Amino acid sequence: MKLPFSAVLGIFLTSSFLFMAVFAQFLAPYSISDPSGGVWEGPSATHWLGTDTIGRDIFSRLIYGGQITIFVALASSTLAFSLGAFLGFMAAVKGGWVEQVMSRLVDLVMAIPSLIVALVILSVLPLNLTVLILVIGLLDSTRVYRLSRAVAMDIAVMDYVEAAKLRGERQTWIIFREILPNALSPLVAEFGLRFIFAVLFISTLSFLGLGIQPPLTDWGGMVKENKDGLVYGKSAALMPALAIAALAISVNLVADWILSRTSSLKGGRGG
Amino acid sequence: MHPVLKLVVQRIALGLILLLAVSAVIFLGIEALPGDTAQAILGQGATEVSLANLREKLGLNEPAITRYFAWLWAALHGDLGVALTNGIDISTAIGQRFGNTLFLASCAAAIAVPLAIILGLVAARYNGRWPDKLISGITLTTISLPEFVAAYFVIFLLTQVFPIFQPVAMVFPGMTFWERLHAVALPVIVLVMVVLAHMMRMTRAAILNVMQSAYIETAELKGLSPMQVIWKHAFPNAIAPIVSVVILNLAYLVVGVVVVEVVFSYNALGQYLVDHVTKRDLPVVQAVGMIFAAVYIGLNILADVITIIANPRLRHPK
Amino acid sequence: MAETLLEFRGLRIEATAYPPGEAPRHMVLVEDVSVSVERGKVLGLIGESGAGKSTIGLSAMAYGRGGVRLTGGVISLNGRDIRLADAAALRALRGREVTYVSQSAAASFNPAKRILEQVIETSISHGLMNKAEAEARAVDLFAQLGLPNPESFGARYPHQVSGGQLQRAMTAMALCPSPDLVIFDEPTTALDVTTQIEVLAAIKRAIVQTGVAALYITHDLAVVAQVADHILVLRGGKKVEYGTTDQIINGPREAYTRALVSVRSIDHAEKAQAAPVLSVANVTARYRGTNFDVLKNVTVDLAAGQTLAVVGESGSGKSTLARVITGLLPAAQGRITFAGRALSGDLAGRSKDDLRELQMIYQMADTAMNPRQTVGTIIGRPLEFYFGLKGEAKRKRIQDLLEQIEMGKGYIDRYPAELSGGQKQRVCIARALAAEPKLIICDEVTSALDPLVADGILKLLLNLQAEAGVAYLFITHDIATVRAIADRIAVMFKGQVVRYGQKTDVLTPPFDDYTDLLLSSVPEMKLGWLEQVIAGRKMEAAGN
Repeated sequence: MKLPFSAVLGIFLTSSFLFMAVFAQFLAPYSISDPSGGVWEGPSATHWLGTDTIGRDIFSRLIYGGQITIFVALASSTLAFSLGAFLGFMAAVKGGWVEQVMSRLVDLVMAIPSLIVALVILSVLPLNLTVLILVIGLLDSTRVYRLSRAVAMDIAVMDYVEAAKLRGERQTWIIFREILPNALSPLVAEFGLRFIFAVLFISTLSFLGLGIQPPLTDWGGMVKENKDGLVYGKSAALMPALAIAALAISVNLVADWILSRTSSLKGGRGG
Repeated sequence: MHPVLKLVVQRIALGLILLLAVSAVIFLGIEALPGDTAQAILGQGATEVSLANLREKLGLNEPAITRYFAWLWAALHGDLGVALTNGIDISTAIGQRFGNTLFLASCAAAIAVPLAIILGLVAARYNGRWPDKLISGITLTTISLPEFVAAYFVIFLLTQVFPIFQPVAMVFPGMTFWERLHAVALPVIVLVMVVLAHMMRMTRAAILNVMQSAYIETAELKGLSPMQVIWKHAFPNAIAPIVSVVILNLAYLVVGVVVVEVVFSYNALGQYLVDHVTKRDLPVVQAVGMIFAAVYIGLNILADVITIIANPRLRHPK
Repeated sequence: MAETLLEFRGLRIEATAYPPGEAPRHMVLVEDVSVSVERGKVLGLIGESGAGKSTIGLSAMAYGRGGVRLTGGVISLNGRDIRLADAAALRALRGREVTYVSQSAAASFNPAKRILEQVIETSISHGLMNKAEAEARAVDLFAQLGLPNPESFGARYPHQVSGGQLQRAMTAMALCPSPDLVIFDEPTTALDVTTQIEVLAAIKRAIVQTGVAALYITHDLAVVAQVADHILVLRGGKKVEYGTTDQIINGPREAYTRALVSVRSIDHAEKAQAAPVLSVANVTARYRGTNFDVLKNVTVDLAAGQTLAVVGESGSGKSTLARVITGLLPAAQGRITFAGRALSGDLAGRSKDDLRELQMIYQMADTAMNPRQTVGTIIGRPLEFYFGLKGEAKRKRIQDLLEQIEMGKGYIDRYPAELSGGQKQRVCIARALAAEPKLIICDEVTSALDPLVADGILKLLLNLQAEAGVAYLFITHDIATVRAIADRIAVMFKGQVVRYGQKTDVLTPPFDDYTDLLLSSVPEMKLGWLEQVIAGRKMEAAGN
């Protein structure tokens, strides 16, 4: 099977980001917290992307910040995904009041913009990694719930699921053998989209000063630290901004490609 | 009762119930979270006595449910309480800022809506050909950008590379309309960028959906010109989904506005909210959060009502 | 010799499909087809799915759906070649010289506009009449086509009238601008059989009265025999045989045409009555949350090793009966006895043997098989689940079953998407057989298949019955299928069994009103059948 160029690019960039996040400690040339040059130096041979508002190496901080951004996004989208997909599937198979209660609850949460809910919650909870991951993950699980419930409902009314029920199969067989294999591709693509959402969300919160707190940093926080430089023509704030955009776009390319394969896979292996 | 009217009334009633539920979540849900408002205000160094006094003063010793209904009743009468941090009346503080937020959002909508519909039409018209691919490629990119990232790219471009605008959007009473318009130009550009992509993609999808219907083929087989097909057959069916898409995306603006206001230090509701989240000023956060939620829910109701009214099956029952 | 209106010479039509994620596929849909239609005559285009009949029909307006291209030959209409005509010339002829009636009028009418407005649109936009004239003509046509209240009918919206009425309204829309040629693309296929005959009669009357020429496209030879002067038989985009309707029906020359004519003529003598394997007694059922009885007091028996055909139109409750017997919809009242045991109304209350001995085959084999499982897994699962077969023993049994359904061992590792429609249905049969059932419920199992393929499935089912002694509860709307395979028949109408007994008794007069209507509405493969039935009904109506 031939990969389209956009998918190759997406997969390459996404894996580079992941590699960078995993091996940040070995890759970063300078420390995350100590100044190693002058304030807002331009790119040079020693500081590839220049230095920041108090003279720290931007490239190093970008690598460390990426680790945090990707870690938080991955953790919260994994949480969102396992919780949302599990409850969504259960709602679709069980039906009845279980489904009603869960669906109405999700309607309620989704009736308010996520950012507003997050701001309201974060005004009382302490700002630490666990809280951030939980808040983003739980808010996002509502979207996963809706999608997986809809996908599972579409499959659950298929005659082959009815045939399995008539055969006397148990619910675990029906969920894992009949429904899940057919729901996998849209859900995998959705995971990509949820991951992007989490990246954007944590970056936005950090930018607003309500996300990752010093001494740790992430890309959103780095934009916030260096934004004043822009007025003096210092492009330091654009580096983390570019990184966010590049990560989001490359994951989007991969998700798009998986999604486009979904329809062709519907009928089996595609002959 | 006419079925359309019945459905519309039902939808609005449902929306109001939802709004009530949201208010309960924002008030009671927050109460249920760990954390002590009095402690939050006075900080870690507070003595037990001062904490107890403050709790008494804020009515925190009453049961939460009682305080909720008291709050709701007052809120319905326009009294949102006072800010914990500075004791200023919240309703007064919100009034002016809400106007500023609406001004910013309306300017963005006035540009984004017609532009999104035109681009959506062009993309649908050239479905799969280069204009469609170009538009789709650009919008896919802007969808991947958070608002503040888009904002700083725009700032860098339009204040440094091409110094046309000021990087902050200061508005104050006494400015003329044109001065205001010039002041908000940058945030408006950013908001348009952010909301345009979604709006245009959904408009394109709505139009394509209609254009693929069998009745469009019927119209073509009648020998009608492309303009007649679009105007007489596609448009009457596409208008409802497009209007609905546009309104739903205006709801996106509600969120976008919060971040963009902070970026440009624009003195309005979003900035006010973020400030007070940082200060952990719960009454303000609850009040402003409630306003954002109400606008968002209201727009969603409006979109649904338009969809109901536009459905010929409901308008002309059997 | 009458004047030629439309002529195809060496017509060639190609298309390119773009399956997502795969390389584009190039296909030749129609190859070297030549045929002509004289002014005022009706040409029937007949063939199975993929024969290219609709594609040829639309090419008479030089129209190609999706990526379809008219790549070769001559399409001569009123003496000029329209294949490569420019857009303006095509607009001038579409809706004026040639008009189109589609299979689904419900989708082809604009839901946002009143019917009359759409019916007269062409006449006005082509400048043929003014609004008043066009409206008067539309009302005339509504009356001619037997629509109720022709004066006010057009004021309604499409969703406010029935499917049969809408199909007639679409015919009025096609006839309104007085075209030279109308393309009828399976106009009655989606309708119930008793509605089909009315619409068919209305179309035929309108064709005769307006003197218009027509291309009549259908897969049902018995239908086209009623309206066409000539018939062109197509297969895989190529011409098989062309002749007068009389010659094609009564003296087909090609083997394929002979097969089409003799389809549904399986002979099956009914078996004598015997002890029942399934007894349904006084069953009444309704769907949850409704207070309308979908089944009312239904009582039927099915003897071991025999076939009970449950026949009725949409909404008769025949599929609900299947759901009640399988336990998917517990009956509100009544008793079901199966293999001598009282059967629990609810699926959860049934023993493994109850489940095993009662199997089901569905109408859409496509959705009845998990697309992610191989044929081996699909057939193997009941073997493993009910009999605990594993490994080589299971594989051996699967291969035996594949032999039994005449498919061969090679298919064991294929996926459903790699099978043809008939093969898919055979695998579903094998899956049911694997459970070694006493009874198989067949829910419209042949109605989604082409007639010849359907015949093959029916023959297979009869052979398997003779070998394995399994009983069938056969749910269908198609009387020809019933004749082919039933021992007993239950005719259902609005949730009740209106006629029930041995096949010959049920199909022999005197009939009740509904059975009479149903049986007489089934198109027969003989010329003049439609006129006979309509004349007969008129006389009856006059006599009453």
